[in-house]
Amino acid sequence: MESYTEQIRTLAVDLLKSGKVDVVIGYRRGTVPMATVPFMARTQKQAQELIWDSHCTLNLANYLTNRQDKIGIVAKGCDSRNIVNHIVENKIKREQLHIIGVPCKGMVNPKELQALFKDEITSFSESADTLTIASAHAEVKVEREDHLRGNCALCTHRNPVIYDDLVGELVTEPVLDDPFKDVNAIEAMDTDTKWNYFDDLLKGCIRCYACRNACPLCYCPTCFVDESNPQWVGKGQNDTDIKTFHLLRAFHCAGRCTDCGACEAACPMDIHVRAFTRKLIKDSKELFGWEAGLDISKRPPLDTFAPDDPNDFIK
Amino acid sequence: MDNPYMPYPVRIADIEVATEDRSLKTFTFTFLKPEDEAAFNHKAGQFAMLSIPGKGEIPIGIASSPTEKGFVKFTVFRTGVVTTALHNMAVGDIMGIRGPMGNWYPWDTLKGKNVVIIGGGFAFTTLRASIVYMLDPANRANFGNIDVVYGARSPGMLLYRDELFEWEKRDDINMHITVDGCDDPAWAYNVGFVPTIVEQKAPRADKDTFAIVCGPPIMIKFTQPALQSLGYGENQIIMSLENRMKCGIGMCGRCNIGKELVCKDGPVFTLAALNQTPREY
Amino acid sequence: MKVIKIDKNQWTQGMDNAREHYQLFGPVKIKENYCFAPLERDQQPDMTGVDTVLSPKSALFPQTEKLLTTTLDVSKQGHHIMERASADYSPRAVIGIRPFDALAIELVKLNFDTKDYRDPYWCDAHDATTFIGLAVNTPSLFDFSTSMGSGPFDEKGLDVLLVDTPAAYLAKVITEKGRAFMATAGFDQEAAPGEIQQMEDLKKAAEQAITTQVDTDNLRGKSLLDLHQAPFWEDIAFSCINCGTCTFVCPTCWCFDLQDETKGNNSTRFRNWDTCMSPLFTLHGSGHNPRGEKTQRVRQRFMHKLKYFLDKYDRGTMCVGCGRCVKSCPVNIDIREVCNVMNAYEPQK
Repeated sequence: MESYTEQIRTLAVDLLKSGKVDVVIGYRRGTVPMATVPFMARTQKQAQELIWDSHCTLNLANYLTNRQDKIGIVAKGCDSRNIVNHIVENKIKREQLHIIGVPCKGMVNPKELQALFKDEITSFSESADTLTIASAHAEVKVEREDHLRGNCALCTHRNPVIYDDLVGELVTEPVLDDPFKDVNAIEAMDTDTKWNYFDDLLKGCIRCYACRNACPLCYCPTCFVDESNPQWVGKGQNDTDIKTFHLLRAFHCAGRCTDCGACEAACPMDIHVRAFTRKLIKDSKELFGWEAGLDISKRPPLDTFAPDDPNDFIK
Repeated sequence: MDNPYMPYPVRIADIEVATEDRSLKTFTFTFLKPEDEAAFNHKAGQFAMLSIPGKGEIPIGIASSPTEKGFVKFTVFRTGVVTTALHNMAVGDIMGIRGPMGNWYPWDTLKGKNVVIIGGGFAFTTLRASIVYMLDPANRANFGNIDVVYGARSPGMLLYRDELFEWEKRDDINMHITVDGCDDPAWAYNVGFVPTIVEQKAPRADKDTFAIVCGPPIMIKFTQPALQSLGYGENQIIMSLENRMKCGIGMCGRCNIGKELVCKDGPVFTLAALNQTPREY
Repeated sequence: MKVIKIDKNQWTQGMDNAREHYQLFGPVKIKENYCFAPLERDQQPDMTGVDTVLSPKSALFPQTEKLLTTTLDVSKQGHHIMERASADYSPRAVIGIRPFDALAIELVKLNFDTKDYRDPYWCDAHDATTFIGLAVNTPSLFDFSTSMGSGPFDEKGLDVLLVDTPAAYLAKVITEKGRAFMATAGFDQEAAPGEIQQMEDLKKAAEQAITTQVDTDNLRGKSLLDLHQAPFWEDIAFSCINCGTCTFVCPTCWCFDLQDETKGNNSTRFRNWDTCMSPLFTLHGSGHNPRGEKTQRVRQRFMHKLKYFLDKYDRGTMCVGCGRCVKSCPVNIDIREVCNVMNAYEPQK
């Protein structure tokens, strides 16, 4: 990972120096242990602040939407698929971008790591595949692979699918024999159990919309929850309204979601919102043979119509 | 008032279509309880929240003067959920009013002074309240010359037309009614944008003259330099602002411009005070 | 001021005694996180979870609150005339509130209880509440309360301050309300001088353990317009995703929205927490939006917290240093950094 950081900095400095880009969007170190901050470097000096580590959990494609300038963008596998999506949906033009591709080794969950300690974590570092975490009274070494985030553990597109430069060797893509085990488990529940499962899952939601705002797909000028004429969803802490927001948002992401996990990374209440979007990812795969963001020449399935579409209901 | 969120119940006593395109209507309300009317007791320049249960509330300038007893009047532009619901209501319907809210035109400072009133479009409502207030026999002697420049897109878009033409006939007030454009040869008044007419017809400033300006942002933008060219200083130009509001009592936090809350520290501000704020309005 | 010693094995019974006369609010675990909530009949406050994700402001200012109700049925008496929604303002106690959160409530009161208007919902709740605070023995990395007018053992806004020691809570009784609570709970054993000294030592240690220093001394003297027009806001705002997290976890954020909801003929006016981070916050009916750009909204939040409030009320900044926003912000925007930048800013002449 250290070499990733060096490579990113070198590439960013060169891009800015040559004028090939106006800005480079990546991450810099945060102010507290394990925090990273999405960062826009405008100068070569600022480019030296860029870093890469196992806490780069947000999706930087989110910061591309509707920008007009020339941008260098650091992108891991899932981010790059969202870049493809953005290009297909006209939120950014390919010509504007110089993509610094990062073959991703997976991200970790700071709260899960904190749970290994009785007191607060004061430092974090990593070397190859080992993470070294310390608090005032303890030090722990763990393997990254054992503490991957939910979405990273299920990821089969770690390498960027579109890039201009790579900061390291491509990594082996995992093959999963039962990728939708989690979704199947929910599907297997009877109606009441499922309803209670969703109620419990959404307990604690404070309608902060961090999930929506961190998501590169959510770029509607006025989100459906913010419409007043007509008002589709109430704004209060009402179970029905909360469910409506999450369920509908998942549907709006159908066929477009790359399971980047930015939604869960952003959520202050640790709500497992991916339970909804993963169902739609499964449906996308099984009903349309579609995975989002892999083919820049095609529009997502819910976006297109062809006379030979497989669904019978329209015939 | 022990619950400032609780509206006074009112009945719609009259509805008048105010403009030729029907986008504005003037509502006259009577209070269901006489003690509420006594408590309401507003001053010209203030606004109130018109409250429709089930729909919401809107902050609207009070168009009637405190000298007009027995009712309160508001002219409302149809633009969103609540204003549309209001436009669809009928005489006799019951709804609510919270207020009066905000500060008012500085009547104490204006005592003994000349007043120039400048309004555009449908921002004329609190200016009507002001004119009726000043012209009231009990008050007229408290003010010097009164000049009014009021313009709209076309004659049919002027508010309170009948009253405007009545005032035009009086000799204790100088009316400069204008429209942006008009091809009716019978139009007896000015044709030209408000800032232009201000420059041409408004009196030059002296230390005893104040201008009250109320209108859409674009009108204000061009009226300011016109007034400045006539010698009006920052402390002589009084403006009434708008902002998105919900509570109207300075608590929900959204209507601020810097540290001023438009609903409580305003909506009336001198240009001097406004220039001290960040331009977020 | 009396200091009472509460043996930990008396604590549960004391809470049960108190519950007979007070509705208790305390920290509870909601799935993986701790939040303040009204306690069920048999629920004890979880004193290990006092460092909650959301602040206890919801005890006085629930996220969704009914304000007024009426019927839209024109055949009924009083239709379309709004009445205050019924709610329970019988005595309540918040158990385990941190000193910085108690100071926050004092600051929020400046908004809801003014010489012109009194918000009866917030104020009635506040009048009914006794605050039983818990001092911070081990300040977290995120705590910078000592820079913001509070501190781990600060007493502002509290009726009782509990100090945690291994076998007992030492309770400093600060107000009459606090005295009444302690009597109801049955906590009456006076602490020994040695125990009082122990409190002082813990206080000193805790204050020294906070190493973050945030500078606020120049903010009062800086020009509001200069700070507003400063060039650093663009960079600070870049990573912000304009969610409402910082405003919802913050103990001093009080902005709210009013919404009418109707079910059949029953109409209710609610208020909900609102956030200046939302583009809707300042959107006019005409479509004009004074804070339509993200940078304007991010700037608004920090200017309000660290400058507008300071200038308006002269009670220090609106931030109490709890650190929740720093901990929860998905993009690690750090108010301590922003405050230091604002405090040091000199405009280029």
